Amino acid sequence: MLTPTIYSYLAVSVIMFALGIIGVLTRRNGIVVFMCIELMLNAVNLSLVAFSNMHDNATGSMLVFFVMCVAAAEAVVGLSIVIALFRNKLEIDINNVNIFKW
Amino acid sequence: MEATSLSVQTVLFWLFAVLGIAGGVGLIFNRSPIYAALSLILNFFSIAGLYLSLNAEFIAAIQILVYAGAIMVLFLFVIMLLNLQDEHGVYSFDMRRGIAFILGLAFIGEMIYVFRSFADKEVNNDFTFGKVESIGEKMMTDFLFPFEMISVILIAALIGAIVVARKHNYSD
Repeated sequence: MLTPTIYSYLAVSVIMFALGIIGVLTRRNGIVVFMCIELMLNAVNLSLVAFSNMHDNATGSMLVFFVMCVAAAEAVVGLSIVIALFRNKLEIDINNVNIFKW
Repeated sequence: MEATSLSVQTVLFWLFAVLGIAGGVGLIFNRSPIYAALSLILNFFSIAGLYLSLNAEFIAAIQILVYAGAIMVLFLFVIMLLNLQDEHGVYSFDMRRGIAFILGLAFIGEMIYVFRSFADKEVNNDFTFGKVESIGEKMMTDFLFPFEMISVILIAALIGAIVVARKHNYSD
């Protein structure tokens, strides 16, 4: 009963992904929203490693490796956007950053 | 294994699952961005522990080096650089928050229902692709082209970040 199966790992991954969704939808601080996106990427990585383990297949592990690289690139670009935003508006509250809102 | 004795893998799984989810909850409920970032670091370390219990040693090491090390230091650095104030209204409840929570819970229920067919799949303890040798061999054979493309993505992100974050001087 207590022994973890692949399903247990998938359940943890789903809960973390849902926490990321809730964070993105409720938080207003731009940096915290980025961190919630990182949390969602990590949750998906966990499920990919679980599937890779289940099938004894390398593709899942390699995909995790590539997702990490893309996440690093995404964090760098996102944080530089946050810095540029802070320099222009002196705040990063995403409710007040609505210049693209129609 | 008898049903009553707890294996190391079981203990590791429950420990890191609880810590990881606690880190995620801390991320979305902490007013201060610094505490949110520290909760996220706890979450990243727990995910590395879960990778270890799935016999994926290489991915666990990379998780700690890249995520808990590099990316989170970058986040903490930017938070301290901008000297952000605590976010008010994290604990207040309005329509938008209610809908977000309902959507999140619906997502959990949906996915747990979809994944129920994996309930009897045991963790594979002879996982070959957790080792550095097999991962490295795959990377240099089947995944050589994506591996090279990653370097292009990284250099593009590097240049893009410098261009976006640089101080623009429009006078000259």
